[in-house]
Amino acid sequence: MTSAPLTLFEKVWRRHEVVLETADTPAVLYIDLHLVHEVTSPQAFSVLRERGLPVRRLDLTLATMDHSTPTRTEQVFGGAPIAIDSAAKQVRELEINCAAFGVELLGLRSEQRGIVHVIGPELGLTQPGKTVVCGDSHTSTHGALGALAFGIGTTEVGHVLATQCLLQRKPKTLAIDVSGRLRTGVTAKDLILAIIGQIGVSGGTGHVIEYRGETIEALDMDERMTVCNMSIEAGARAGMIAPDETTYAYLSGRARAPKGAAWEKALADWRTLPTDPGARFDAEVSVDAAAIEPMITYGTHPGMVMPISGYVPDRRGDAMFEKSLAYMGLTAGNPIKDHPINVVFVGSCTNSRLSDLRSAADVLKGRRIAKGVQMLVVPGSQQIKKAAEAEGLHRIFLDAGAEWRESGCSMCLGMNGDLVGKGQYSVSTSNRNFEGRQGIGARTLLASPATAAASAVRGRVTDPRELLS
Amino acid sequence: MNRLSALRSRTVVLPATNIDTDQIIPARFLTTTTREGLGQHLFSEWRYDAQGAARPDFALNRPEAQGCRILVAGRNFGCGSSREHAPWALLDCGFQAVVSTEIADIFRNNSLKNGLLPIIVDEATSAWLLAHPGVEVAVDVEASTLTLPTGAVVRFPLEAFARYCLINGVDELGFLLGRMSAIESYETRVANR
Repeated sequence: MTSAPLTLFEKVWRRHEVVLETADTPAVLYIDLHLVHEVTSPQAFSVLRERGLPVRRLDLTLATMDHSTPTRTEQVFGGAPIAIDSAAKQVRELEINCAAFGVELLGLRSEQRGIVHVIGPELGLTQPGKTVVCGDSHTSTHGALGALAFGIGTTEVGHVLATQCLLQRKPKTLAIDVSGRLRTGVTAKDLILAIIGQIGVSGGTGHVIEYRGETIEALDMDERMTVCNMSIEAGARAGMIAPDETTYAYLSGRARAPKGAAWEKALADWRTLPTDPGARFDAEVSVDAAAIEPMITYGTHPGMVMPISGYVPDRRGDAMFEKSLAYMGLTAGNPIKDHPINVVFVGSCTNSRLSDLRSAADVLKGRRIAKGVQMLVVPGSQQIKKAAEAEGLHRIFLDAGAEWRESGCSMCLGMNGDLVGKGQYSVSTSNRNFEGRQGIGARTLLASPATAAASAVRGRVTDPRELLS
Repeated sequence: MNRLSALRSRTVVLPATNIDTDQIIPARFLTTTTREGLGQHLFSEWRYDAQGAARPDFALNRPEAQGCRILVAGRNFGCGSSREHAPWALLDCGFQAVVSTEIADIFRNNSLKNGLLPIIVDEATSAWLLAHPGVEVAVDVEASTLTLPTGAVVRFPLEAFARYCLINGVDELGFLLGRMSAIESYETRVANR
C-alpha cells in the first residue's frame, strides 16, 4: 500500500465524488439508494412537476409510508378510514406521486412495508459502501452496515430525485472507540444513550461518527442499527460501523442483496472498506462500555440522561435545566427509579426490530402490565410482525395486556394520532424526548425495550435487571 | 430561491438552548403537502395557549417583535429532525436570518436552500445579543459580517458556494442539472467497474 491510510468514511466518500469539491464549490456526491416517504416528499415531487423533470434513477429509488400511517389493523387492512384527514391525504398523495413518476412504492398493505430505516436493511438494499439518503434524520441508522447514510431536507429530496446527486461539503470524522463488555441487562440503547450523555447533543455536529472497538464488533446488526440510529441525537450527520462477518451474514440471502457471482464480487469489495490501520480522524473519544448501567432520560433532550439507579441531577441556577425539569415534573436530587408512569411504547426506527421485541417479551413473559398503564408494541415492519407472531411474541404482549399493532413510526412522534396525553409519563424506546414530541405536554423517558417492559409491569420506572432471571 | 445580500433588522431573542425542530414546528403540522402557510404553526406550543390564544409574554407575540427578520437563539438551534418545514415556517413568519453559537447541520443545510441565513457567532457576541433583545443589527452577506449597534463588526463563517447562491438567488437544482455530463460519465464508470 503506497497510498495514505483512509477511514471507512473517506473510502465511501471518494467513491461517490462525481465532481471533486473545490474552495468555491461543494462536491457533487452520487447517491446509491434514495428512500422516500410520505412526509418529506410531496413538495419535492411538486418541484419535479413544475420543471417537467422525471425521476432520474427509478432503480435506485424506493418509497414507503410510515409516519402518517395508522397502526390499527382495521385501518390498515379492514377498510376503516385513516382518522386524520390530512394524514390520509398525505398517504394518498404519495400513492399518486409514485404512480405518476413510476417510483416503486411499498404501500399501506404491502407485506414489505415498514419504517423506512427498518426495511432498507431488512430487504438487503442497504449495503456496505453505499451512499444512502432519505428525507429523515434517522437515515443514520443505515450506517450500521458500513454505508454512508444521512438525512436530507425536502429540497435535497428533489435534487436526488432529479439528478441522483447532492451538493455536499465533506464532513469531519469522529471516532468513538468503545471497549469493555456490556453488563447483563445493559443493551445497545443504553450504550448509545450513555455516549450521547458523554459527548452531548451537539458533540457530533459537523462530523460523521465511526463507532469502533471490541464492544461494537461484538454487537449484532439490530444492536448496531440502534447505535447508528441515534447518531443524529448527538448532532452527527451520520454514524458508521465497519462491515465485518456479522454484516455479511446478516445480508446474505436477503431479498435484494446481490446473489451468486455478484455476491462474491460485492463481498470482495466490501472487505476493502474498513478503516486502514493508522488512518486519522479529526476527533476521537473513548467510551468504557463495562461501566454503563441501564440508562434513562429525565429531561427534554437525549443528552439529559442518567443511570437508572441514579438521582436526577441538580443544576440550580441553570434556567434551561430548571425549565426542562419543570416540564418533566421531576425534582432535582430525587431518584428516577419507581417514578410512576402512564404509557409504554416499544417501537420506532431505534428499537422495533425482532431482537428488541424479544427483549421486551423476555421481561413480559408470564407477567401482566400494571393496572392503568397503556402499552403499545409496534413492530418496525410487517415482516418483523410476521416473524414475531411465528415465535408467539404477540401472545406474550397480548396476554400481558399490551396492544399489538401494525408497523409504523407511531408514538415516536404521533403523526398518525398514536399520542401520549398531556402530563403523562411515557417510557419509550424511541429516540427523542423533546417537549411535545409524543403529544402536547407528554413527558418522555427514553430507555431500552427491556427497561420499557419492566416499567410497564411495575407501572413505575424499573431497572429491568430486577425482573430478569 | 430568494436573493439575500444585505439585511437590517431588529432582533427577536429566544434564549433557550437546543431549540429543536419539534419546538420550531410540531410533528402534527407535517401532514401538509405544500410548503405554504406554515408560519402560523411556528413555535406553536410556546406561542399559543391550550385555547389557541396568543401568549402575550412569548417573545414573538410582543408588539415590538412585529416586522423583525432576525432571530437570535441559544446554542444548538435547529437540532432534531430533517423537516424542511422548520425553515419554511420561519421564512413564512418573515425571518431571514437565525443567529446562534451553534446551528444543527441539517437545519443549516435546509435553511441555505431556502434563503434563510444561518449566522454562527462567538460566545461573547451571542451573550451580548441575548442580553439586548430588539437591537437593530446589520448583515452583509458578501462580507459575511454582522454589525452590532455598538459598532462591533463580527465575521461569521459562510461557505463560498452558499454565499454565492444566496446573493445571486442561485437554484442549486439548476446547478446540479448543469453537471449532467459528469453525472452520466460517473454512472458509466461505475457500471463498468
